[in-house]
Amino acid sequence: MTPVILTRGLAKDYDGVHALHDIDVEIADGEFVAVTGPSGCGKSTLLNLLGGLDRPTRGEIELAGRRVDGYSEARWALVRRSDIGFVFQFFNLIANLSVADNVELPGLLAGLSSKEARARRQDLLDGLGIAEHADSAPGHLSGGQQQRVAIARALINRPRVLLADEPTGNLDSASARDVMALLRAAHDERGQTIVLVTHDARVAARADRVLAMRDGAVAHETRLDDRGDMSATVSRLMELEA
Amino acid sequence: MRFPLLALLASGPAHGYELKAQLEQRFGAVLPPLNAGQIYTTLGRLQRDGLVDDDAVAQNGRPNKRVYRLTGEGQDELDRWVADATPSPRLKDDFFVKLVLAKAANIADPLALIDRQRGAYLQALRELDDVAAQAGDSTAALLVEGAALHLEADLKWLDLCEQRLGADR
Repeated sequence: MTPVILTRGLAKDYDGVHALHDIDVEIADGEFVAVTGPSGCGKSTLLNLLGGLDRPTRGEIELAGRRVDGYSEARWALVRRSDIGFVFQFFNLIANLSVADNVELPGLLAGLSSKEARARRQDLLDGLGIAEHADSAPGHLSGGQQQRVAIARALINRPRVLLADEPTGNLDSASARDVMALLRAAHDERGQTIVLVTHDARVAARADRVLAMRDGAVAHETRLDDRGDMSATVSRLMELEA
Repeated sequence: MRFPLLALLASGPAHGYELKAQLEQRFGAVLPPLNAGQIYTTLGRLQRDGLVDDDAVAQNGRPNKRVYRLTGEGQDELDRWVADATPSPRLKDDFFVKLVLAKAANIADPLALIDRQRGAYLQALRELDDVAAQAGDSTAALLVEGAALHLEADLKWLDLCEQRLGADR
């Protein structure tokens, strides 16, 4: 099957410094991938290139089989609208629009009828447990709730891929856990493809695959799985800690 | 297992089966599966050491039930256990020994060892998180949180190992 994201020799220089070099990654439809590494390792640069927020110096990017690395800003804007959802550390909600309007706006911009945008928005806010706040201003919500609004906004156009840059970086640990559970649910229940950048190991451990970056390159990758049998897990972990 | 049994007996005499049930109830999901044999073996050793004693309680038509109780010596031992701080920093780490020797004896790439270890810790963290989700807000969840924090520290320490080794190359 065609991967949702494929890069070949992807590289980015800033003033002659290699921020990213020779990245070859392949992300399958429905995969949940975390990208980790120390600050400055290039993980956010990679995410920005994948989402067209920044342009590569060299290399190729394919999005669902289409070469997009040479796209103009105008074409990227269309791709971002329909195929890519973004979630950021600081939510980036529009302060003077209601929660409902924040979520519906990208849908309307992408050509949804107002009826369809409203129906999708209600669905998403219900699923994320914030339906009661639809008419509130984002500023009146807690950080965890604002991030849920941002997730709803990112999903309204049913993007091929959700790109999340430190989505829990500005949240307390309980809200962080809730947000991760919601991302996990979007993945498990709807097969949402997710690429998530984080420096937090506990957050990364929720993904199916973890790419560890070092000095602008992918140094190592780990596949994670749920092993199900809790008592076996507990016995093994206790041994590990002993 | 010695001290948990002494501690449970401090609140009153009990037979082995009750002790097992109490341990399971208190520690729930984070207790590795217990079998009755382990409990009775430990009780036997405690009795040999004079820390517990038993009374036979007659039962209608069935063999006598052995009810265990704490002795004075057992109470002293328990008091010492409670008063002592648990040993804390671990200056023993099998992985570290492997890492140092892999580099010194040139038998493996230290960075590859670190990467593999990081993968194992991430998988363990994933599983702990699953256990935490199932443990909910129980006492068990608190232990799981502690283990997760230790694993996060282990992962940070691997980063440090990597930086130092990287600088030496």
